[in-house]
Amino acid sequence: MSMNAGSGRGAPPTSADIGVLRAGWGYASITDKIADLVLTRPVRWPWLVAFFGTFLGTLVLLGAIGYLFVRGVGIFGVDIPVAWGFAIANVVWWIGIGHAGTFISAVLLLLRQKWRTSINRFAEAMTLFAVAMAGLFPILHLGRPWFFYWIAPYPDKMNLWPNWRSPLVWDFFAIAIYLTVSFLFWYVGLIPDLATLRDRATTRAKRFAYGVFALGWRGEARHWQRFEIAYLLLAGLATPLVVSVHSVISLDFAIGNTPGYHSTIFPPYFVAGALFSGFAMVLTLTIPLRRAFGLYDFITDVHLDHAGKVMLATGWLLAYGYACEIFVAFYSGDEFEISMTIDRWTGFYAPVYWAMMFCNVLVPQLLWFRRVRRNVVVLFALSLVVNLGMWMERVLIVVSSLHRDFLPSSWGLFIPTFWDWTILLGTLCAFAWLFLVFVRVLPSISISEMRLLVRESAERAS
Amino acid sequence: MSRHAGMQQDAKPRAPLWGWMAEFGTADALLDAARKAHDAGYRRAEAYSPFHVEGLAEALGSRRTHVPAIVFLGGLAGAVGGFFMQWYAAVVDYPINVGGRPLNSWPMFVPVTFELAVLGGALAAVLALLIGSGLPRITHPVFRAKDFDLATRNRFFLCLRSDDPAFEREGAARFLDSLEPMRRIEVPA
Repeated sequence: MSMNAGSGRGAPPTSADIGVLRAGWGYASITDKIADLVLTRPVRWPWLVAFFGTFLGTLVLLGAIGYLFVRGVGIFGVDIPVAWGFAIANVVWWIGIGHAGTFISAVLLLLRQKWRTSINRFAEAMTLFAVAMAGLFPILHLGRPWFFYWIAPYPDKMNLWPNWRSPLVWDFFAIAIYLTVSFLFWYVGLIPDLATLRDRATTRAKRFAYGVFALGWRGEARHWQRFEIAYLLLAGLATPLVVSVHSVISLDFAIGNTPGYHSTIFPPYFVAGALFSGFAMVLTLTIPLRRAFGLYDFITDVHLDHAGKVMLATGWLLAYGYACEIFVAFYSGDEFEISMTIDRWTGFYAPVYWAMMFCNVLVPQLLWFRRVRRNVVVLFALSLVVNLGMWMERVLIVVSSLHRDFLPSSWGLFIPTFWDWTILLGTLCAFAWLFLVFVRVLPSISISEMRLLVRESAERAS
Repeated sequence: MSRHAGMQQDAKPRAPLWGWMAEFGTADALLDAARKAHDAGYRRAEAYSPFHVEGLAEALGSRRTHVPAIVFLGGLAGAVGGFFMQWYAAVVDYPINVGGRPLNSWPMFVPVTFELAVLGGALAAVLALLIGSGLPRITHPVFRAKDFDLATRNRFFLCLRSDDPAFEREGAARFLDSLEPMRRIEVPA
């Protein structure tokens, strides 16, 4: 290896099998494996098919948004009394999905969980793309979307300010800042890996592109020292942020006095549901990604097992939220709360309610079994069921509460239209498309953190 | 760029030097070498590694960073500024009497204040990292060293800079060789 002088003392370490990382990986091999997925791996047809398929869906989404802007929100199924339909349910659902990425990258970092290392990068990318999708919907559901910026405080000629006592204004701040901070956290973590890609790039164009975004990172000891502290503090800031974001979103509902909205359990119940659906989406993305890129040594059954356990725990928190809502409705003796609850069980939207219970409460009980948590096929199917169940929950909260409030004369129904479905499916395509671009352009796993894990696993073995 | 100019100068015995670099195969070897360099009086020595090596910056004589203090100030600025903005809007610039409720309804100002505190802290963390480290800086003399690209892959480098008061061309080279690196590399000025 070395040509002259000393040996550099000691052989470079090789990873031992620690469950979350398999044996036999060194600094060089793990770097090359992950970097080459981006730099040298040829484009294959399954990726191409998925890329163009979802790209088509993204174009349809853009077309549908264009049509929406021309025709107005009348193309949706919303009307009085159900003026909040899919668009609002979709915001809540997408933001919730994003929360798992922040939870993995920030909370598990503070808790020193080693299984975080190989999944945090793409989980954070998932967060960014999910929040980007979520951020579209509040604008899309506005009657006059070109005035959306009126919610921001800026020195306007009308001499107006946003209403600081409105949760919708809090929402604007929460979502915008969540997106910004998630991006900063993700980008800071990427800088050392961008430097690796710069130094291993095979063409000048790639070296230039990665080099610009690597900002000239050279791995100097003092830079690493600042990097570690800054990254840890960003995690510390992102942790309360992630809890606050879905809490604030839940206040959009809870502060209103509509039966079915007006509940103090909402903030924790929304956060638990967010983590539940977010971990489901992490599994939905992890399982195909691991297979496509052959990452079995980095993303092991232990990761799937842990994610399954988190889903089981958050699923129970959510079930507690459901039970609490029902209990409080009857315990309060409030006739509107009681009739809203009975309407959910037996009314027009009852099939959605019972399907939600099936998806979110009953099916996840399979996760008690270790064999299920380690069975890729069952786990993947289960993650899709939970995604669907959580989406139904968001729709149910938004729609069923509005369709029967206090006055029978103002009861009504919401039936989604073609455009409701098109825009929902369009955002799913755009989300998948962004993710497909991400896995080909940036390292899906944090390379520098994996090197550290190699060192730690070798030290633990010796 | 100057990469080619540097190569031509290599032929001359006394080409200007930015520093000497020693390459190691493990983090522990680099940590040990960094301690010895500091003990030998090199105060401007630099170390490069492909991941964060605990204690390496301290071994080179780095004291604690200011990042936490800056993040705290950033968060504080976000919180104070955020609360002030809402208070000013609701009490001074645009007071509206809503059913006799107090204008300074501070509990309702908490969410935005909190979110802006997080934003201030996060921006401060990123700026403290980048400005403190002198980044972005796309070009740097160490990138001219041969095979330095391995610093972001699997190798560990100790660099003695020629502007270090303790640096003396032959002496520094002898010192690095005594650390038994895999090899010693010239960093052209």
